[in-house]
Amino acid sequence: MLMRDTINGYGTVSRVFHWLSAIAIIALFALGWWMVELPYYSPYRNSAPDLHRSAGIVLLIGIIARFLWRISSVKPSDADLTPFERRSVRLVHWGFYPLLLALSVSGYLIATPDGRPIDVFGIFTVPSVIQQPGLEDAAGWAHWGLAYGVMALAALHTAAALKHHFIDKKDILTRMWSGPPRA
Amino acid sequence: MMRRRTLNSIPLALTASLALMSPWVALPASAADYVIDTKNAHASINFKIPHLGYSFLIGRFDKFSGAFSYDEKNPGASKVSVEVDTTSLNSNHAERDKHLRSADFLDAAKFPKATFVSKSVTSSAAGQATIAGDLTLHGITKPVMIEARFIGGGNDPWGGFRQGFAGTTKLVLADFGMTHDLGPAAKEVELDLHVEGVRK
Repeated sequence: MLMRDTINGYGTVSRVFHWLSAIAIIALFALGWWMVELPYYSPYRNSAPDLHRSAGIVLLIGIIARFLWRISSVKPSDADLTPFERRSVRLVHWGFYPLLLALSVSGYLIATPDGRPIDVFGIFTVPSVIQQPGLEDAAGWAHWGLAYGVMALAALHTAAALKHHFIDKKDILTRMWSGPPRA
Repeated sequence: MMRRRTLNSIPLALTASLALMSPWVALPASAADYVIDTKNAHASINFKIPHLGYSFLIGRFDKFSGAFSYDEKNPGASKVSVEVDTTSLNSNHAERDKHLRSADFLDAAKFPKATFVSKSVTSSAAGQATIAGDLTLHGITKPVMIEARFIGGGNDPWGGFRQGFAGTTKLVLADFGMTHDLGPAAKEVELDLHVEGVRK
């Protein structure tokens, strides 16, 4: 089992990062979409947003770690793609990082402009840094728009991966699932 | 100290010279106009709503402006109008404030102003009055009655003249189109108003 990426494929760390963040991003979107409509007397009215805030902070930490891993790793070859595909792939892949960073920051700014910290699973807290009345409204709109933006990018990413797999018959999807061939 | 005294003496001197020049100003004051002292925040608009029926949530609107006219000899001739910035709602919890400003409640993006304009003032006892007027909130105008009480009035230490009142009223949220369900105990909200006016 190869931990690090090679020119031929993704190592275990990158693949675990990829699928865990995929699950976390989709689950956080679904949770956020569901929880904002919960009635006042729902038993999940407090616990669902607590879980969303906690998991969001964990995702942010994971995304930063993943980014550091990515820039310090070899990039598997995309030589069999057309120049247009290569440009699009880079835009989509690198686009996730600033979008997810902005999404996390906007979520953090909904919860903290009154000085309250974010409690992460009761283990640690992230303190409030910016205190500004009304900031939560702008942050809320940004969080909403960015969440849909990330989902749109994820849909594009998924559609492209499926196209490469089923139509172009390339190993793009399978190499994110199974490790690179041993040299 | 000297600086402040000098500054304060300017409006005083102005008023005195105006009074000398224009005899009608020197007549015994009857109804006078007051601006609500939001500049130095000696006025507040607070709301109070039951939480589950177990306690009360207190919040406020941080930004508003208004004016009133008041004649202590004829309180029935008084008038008051207030405009509230609904986006300035503050319940000391950002996420809750965001929800209360959202379309579930105030829809402050669409209705950024709430107004109250008095129509009649009926004094029932010394220092007490019922102010009937129109409240426009969430885009809906309804008559409301404010039970008002005179607190005090007179010269302030800085060359001005002030009158202060307190008032309460109760609103049914659904009357103003706010139907988001907060439970059976929280259908009504009380407004607790404190207003100090500086004579213009």
